[in-house]
Amino acid sequence: MKQISMRKAWLVAAAGAMAITGLAGTAYAQRDPAYAEARASGKVGEKMDGYLGIVGTPTPELQRLVNDINIKRKAVYSEKARQAGATIEEYALTAGCIAISKTVPPEMYQGPRGEWLERTNAPPQRDSRCPA
Amino acid sequence: MNAARLTTSARAAITRFMHGENSGVRRAKRILPLMLSGPVVLAGCIQVDAPSEPIVIELNINIQSEVLVRLAEDAEGTIEENADIF
Repeated sequence: MKQISMRKAWLVAAAGAMAITGLAGTAYAQRDPAYAEARASGKVGEKMDGYLGIVGTPTPELQRLVNDINIKRKAVYSEKARQAGATIEEYALTAGCIAISKTVPPEMYQGPRGEWLERTNAPPQRDSRCPA
Repeated sequence: MNAARLTTSARAAITRFMHGENSGVRRAKRILPLMLSGPVVLAGCIQVDAPSEPIVIELNINIQSEVLVRLAEDAEGTIEENADIF
């Protein structure tokens, strides 16, 4: 009898854990705290090619963070580009336009001439090909 | 005769090669300095200066704005779905 109730408890716990992880998977996940901090402090910025860049002096830590995110982004771009019948570069460039639009002050972004700019309340300077 | 000194003397109509004097070794000896000096001369001509202006990035110049317009809505959704990496 005791064994059965223990089993039940385990099953409930397992189901609970699955439900929690399932929720975390479907709900739009938030930025990792280290990434959020690096963005807010302007150590990393949005490049116009759709990837993240290091703004100041690179550190191994920042490089790892940026690489990790960019690899994940590229995987997403590849899949979505394939579905949309576009190249990865085309899709990434489009995403870059939008990601730059979505920056908030005082995050950093790459201007049309490749320079790092701080986002202000004014609209960001973007590539002329960027959709409105 | 002055006329003869105005220009360098012409080669003999019959080359040494025809006399069998221009062996491979001789030719190599003659060409070697030229071959060696070639890169040196070229290197002297190329001047690489650090640009004073930031390098202009002509990013994906072949991608047309129409493509971006077409993909915009899709990419917008993708960014929202993957908020953790954007």
